[in-house]
Amino acid sequence: MDFGYSLSKSSTMKIENLENSKFKALAKLEPDATKCIGCGCCTASCSAGVFADMSLRQILLSLQRDCQDKYLPMLQNCMLCGKCMLVCPRGINTRHLILSICKIYGIEQ
Amino acid sequence: MRERFLVGFDPFVLPFLCGMVFVLAYCLFYLVRILAQLSAEDRKKFFKSLLLPSNALKNIRDMFLDCLIHVKLWKRNPNLGYMHSSIAFGWFMLIVIGHIETFMYVPGKAGLFYYPIFFRYFMEVDNQELKGSLLFFLMDFFLLIVLSGILLAMIKRIWRRFFGMRRTTRLSITDHIGLYSLWAIFPLRWIAEGFTAGVAGGSFMTIPINMLLKNFMSNPENFNIAWWLYSIALGTFMFALPFSRYMHIPAEILLIPMKRAGLKVYHPRKGFALAQIYTCPSCGVCIDACPMSANKQNCKDTTVYLVRQLKRNNARRMNAMSNKCLMCGKCQEVCQIGLQSYDIRMNIRERARYNIQLKHNYLASYNPDIKQAKVLYYAGCMSSLTPVIGRSIKKLLSIAKVDYTQMDEGGGICCGRPLILAGKKAEAQAMIAKNTEIIKASGASILLVSCAICYRVFKNEYKLSGIRVMHYTEYFNELIKKGKLPITKGNVRYAYHDPCDLGRGCGIYDEPREALSFVGGLAHAEKERAMSVCCGGSIGSLTLNHEDRKPIVEASISNMLYSNPDYIVTACPLCQKTFSMYSPVEVLDFAQALCNGLQEKDVN
Repeated sequence: MDFGYSLSKSSTMKIENLENSKFKALAKLEPDATKCIGCGCCTASCSAGVFADMSLRQILLSLQRDCQDKYLPMLQNCMLCGKCMLVCPRGINTRHLILSICKIYGIEQ
Repeated sequence: MRERFLVGFDPFVLPFLCGMVFVLAYCLFYLVRILAQLSAEDRKKFFKSLLLPSNALKNIRDMFLDCLIHVKLWKRNPNLGYMHSSIAFGWFMLIVIGHIETFMYVPGKAGLFYYPIFFRYFMEVDNQELKGSLLFFLMDFFLLIVLSGILLAMIKRIWRRFFGMRRTTRLSITDHIGLYSLWAIFPLRWIAEGFTAGVAGGSFMTIPINMLLKNFMSNPENFNIAWWLYSIALGTFMFALPFSRYMHIPAEILLIPMKRAGLKVYHPRKGFALAQIYTCPSCGVCIDACPMSANKQNCKDTTVYLVRQLKRNNARRMNAMSNKCLMCGKCQEVCQIGLQSYDIRMNIRERARYNIQLKHNYLASYNPDIKQAKVLYYAGCMSSLTPVIGRSIKKLLSIAKVDYTQMDEGGGICCGRPLILAGKKAEAQAMIAKNTEIIKASGASILLVSCAICYRVFKNEYKLSGIRVMHYTEYFNELIKKGKLPITKGNVRYAYHDPCDLGRGCGIYDEPREALSFVGGLAHAEKERAMSVCCGGSIGSLTLNHEDRKPIVEASISNMLYSNPDYIVTACPLCQKTFSMYSPVEVLDFAQALCNGLQEKDVN
């Protein structure tokens, strides 16, 4: 609803307008990418998360919503230790998911 | 004996001769290529070790035992052993005795490649003498041995269980050509020598054949066709050899001294690795051994097929296969030629590109405050997910009154092995350096590790001079033997699972078993120690997902339940967590099992 004014900029996004070809490529490379329920177990257990910003849940959400630029650099903190893989209630192969994200999206050096 | 023709040549030798020259040229080319691909340092090391007399003797012994007798195959299954050694050793003896005959009767022709092979065609008997008959007998005897091996090889294609194998390799086209021509060589030789047995003499195998159709077989006009066929079979085999699995025959002669020199794989398909690739005989022993092939899944991703793709330089398949592997090291353990599949896969992984530069900037500012103590305990990421392990270990340490402190209380830095397994060795070095700094600053004399994955990397990659790295199974076994842990033996039976990184990775098999025998009985698993089956949860595999792993885990659990234990015990937090998902019996960590054996008064 538009009253002609608002307190802050609308954060509404139309899913059908999102550019998701990269996410589709990611889901092809690692089908587990679509399984996430965003529970955040990975983030809570993350070894790197103790020292720096690292949230796989946030990264995956941002990829689905095509606003990943701000979040992708977090991946540089990952130690690939695999704790997130063990705690994931959906059994997502998080280590390969992280490597696949890096492969498809890449991070500017 | 004397020569039948003035000119010791007949056109029928050409297929064999061309094949032989082709094989020798090919082998020479690849020998030079492999040696050129080695680094200058490795090449020097190789030649140095080659010249050492003690090494030379050992090399000759190994060549005899491995290439001809196939001792390792005998140990695996006598039928399989007999099949291989009868063909290899029998053929070798046929060649040797053929040369002896040539040297004895026509020394002038010994330099010709083909003469000893087709000796019976070119010679005729004038008067029988004893040494001649003995050689004739030996030739026929070894021909019989080889023929029996060929018969077994044919049986093996339809009845693999007889040779102790559930699955064998699917052969490629060139493998098939090599196989069928190899099968054809010896029966054709038998027939060809049967034709000439009336003229050139023979023994118990060839003379009866000659007698069978005396008029037809003894007619010299019919000799040529049989000898042509024999030579064509030999020629076909020789031309197929470099492109088939039979390349292992010449390649193993190079690989044995290379292994003795202690060379390292530095590229997945160059130098030492190339020698290994050519030496793989595609026997398929690794298919049955691979834990991934449980339920007949992933058979196509086992080491034998990886080697085939390496030969073909198929980058896509190579990467996929190496990324899928659990890196448990079992194929290497069962491999007849000791193919270093682990190192080859690591080299493939290190070359993969992921468009990311891991930075780990936070390492520099991480300076934990660790109190000084004699024993520094490193739980690692996996142990911190299974708090019961840490609790049990701390309980045991305080009962034994050990002066200890924990290095990664509330979260520490990963040991670096997961990164190494993902092929990021350079990035892992930063963590290794940081952990080394922390460990050295702590002033501890013992680093106690409760995770098999961390233990392997601490042992192999870290340089911790003066600090003893101990896995908790080793450490607690020592404590028990010193009488510092008051444990009593209960009447429960434990089946101990050897974690891959601890057993095959670091060679620790006895300490955990010895310690467990103080608290209960040991139940045997179907396959244990070096043959133990990976739990299926290994972080070595990058691409196997949760569903793919399930049959692997279940197969591994059924291996552990072989003699109906009360508990499965393991010494790796990852194995414990993986087994716990599907196991019908309770899965305990090693430290938990020890705590079960503590006397009542100590527990409270």
